[in-house]
Amino acid sequence: MSFVTVRNIFQSYGTRPILERVNLDVAEGTFVSIVGASGCGKSTFLRLLLAEERPTRGEIRIDGAPPALEPGRERGVVFQRYSVFPHMTVLDNIVAADAFTRRFGLLFGAERRAARARAAETLDRIGLGHMAEAYPAALSGGMQQRLAIGQALTARPRILLLDEPFGALDPGTRLAMHDFLLELKAGTNMTVFMVTHDIEEGFKLGDRLIVFDKPRWDPTDPNAYGATITYDLDTRRRDEGIQTLLEETNVHRPA
Amino acid sequence: MRLINRKPGRPLALFLMLVPFVAVIVAYMVGSDMRLSVNPADKLLPAPSTIADTAARLFTEGDRRTGRVLLWYDTAVSLRRLGIGVGIAALSGLVFGLLIGLLPHVRAGLAGFVAVLSMVPPLAILPILFIVFGLGETSKIVLIVIGITPFLIRDLSQRVIDIPREQIVKAETLGASSLVIALRVALPQIMPRLIQAVRLSLGPAWLFLIAAEAIASDLGLGYRIFLVRRYLAMDVILTYVLWITLLAFLIDLVLRWLSRRLYPWAGAGL
Repeated sequence: MSFVTVRNIFQSYGTRPILERVNLDVAEGTFVSIVGASGCGKSTFLRLLLAEERPTRGEIRIDGAPPALEPGRERGVVFQRYSVFPHMTVLDNIVAADAFTRRFGLLFGAERRAARARAAETLDRIGLGHMAEAYPAALSGGMQQRLAIGQALTARPRILLLDEPFGALDPGTRLAMHDFLLELKAGTNMTVFMVTHDIEEGFKLGDRLIVFDKPRWDPTDPNAYGATITYDLDTRRRDEGIQTLLEETNVHRPA
Repeated sequence: MRLINRKPGRPLALFLMLVPFVAVIVAYMVGSDMRLSVNPADKLLPAPSTIADTAARLFTEGDRRTGRVLLWYDTAVSLRRLGIGVGIAALSGLVFGLLIGLLPHVRAGLAGFVAVLSMVPPLAILPILFIVFGLGETSKIVLIVIGITPFLIRDLSQRVIDIPREQIVKAETLGASSLVIALRVALPQIMPRLIQAVRLSLGPAWLFLIAAEAIASDLGLGYRIFLVRRYLAMDVILTYVLWITLLAFLIDLVLRWLSRRLYPWAGAGL
């Protein structure tokens, strides 16, 4: 049932705790939105999911596999910026998702032709077919992010991680990207984690919305405690509002 | 209006660009004329017409003994030394830049060493090079290599480190190995920077070349200049200096063109 299992994660940088006691079970095909104030560890949590960092304590498993030591093909990622390769054409950026698994990162002959044909299809699907030979610098911000998502999905990851993917886009483009992402979600059964600043975006796109916050707060030393998941909401059951509220266990109330 | 906001128009900009060149030429002509009117045999500031005659002779007439046009031989020999030296330096700069930039273990081991190495004044070890490699081609090429390689390594390794972490992580999630990241992500992105760095280090490279040639050689642009110095042959020296300047300018132009041509995506960064 639980596809992504997060068990008792603690993460500190030096003596400074960032995350503490983070537990989470996510079923396959769920879109999880992650929100929280700045500096509340949501990006750290995403880096842990990505295996770019390893937790100080605890473990993260995908489909029961042993915790990963470094990022790999089972995890796809789209960052706010720098997610595509500026020195490759749009088409080559998609082809790279196939080619990079090879010894020298290159494809030859029939394989290369097949990969380019598949990449051209992908580009048509994400509406970038007419830009295949352009370099990413010639693309608008929204197009670049569409390309980044298309590139990540071409590698067929088990989970897709989005780190404020639309944070740098203007509001109109942002809405178009929401539609694009919802379409993709309907078409695949991808498990997605998306960090966002925009709580509306979190509710709109997510099946589940989790909130990171510091349950304990020392006014004389704001960095003394780390953050954890304080709210875990099922956004698809609007009628009942908040489904799971971890406030009882996690939020410290003044006596 | 503030001076910083006043901009010259196109014709004025062109005029201003020419002013220093014309000023230098005019100053030289006046100085030369003044000296020659006092002493027609003066050798220090030969008349521009004399320089032109000498240049025409140097470019076309062969040596009296061998019949070879020495200027072309000098040019060929010097450019060969420069080319091999800069080529070796560029290649090792690229390889070590990638290794230091990408691999933390190599960075821990070599970054400090290269930083110290780049502080060694290359000309100070020229005698050592002459002792070790003899007076032939090797010592001259090695001087150029030693002179500019540390700069290239430091510049390129920093450029690799500056590649956004996001891109490296993205490549990892696409299944790329360290080798693939080096070859397909880092290498193509530092190539335009390599050309840029080579353009910057060509100045020092010429310096090292001419210094080595001046001290021990029997052919080469630097050798010729220091040879004719004994006869106060200013017309020859000036011709050679102008010729070297033109060569350096052309090489720079070609490299810039190459960089724009090969790496159109690098855009305004060049």
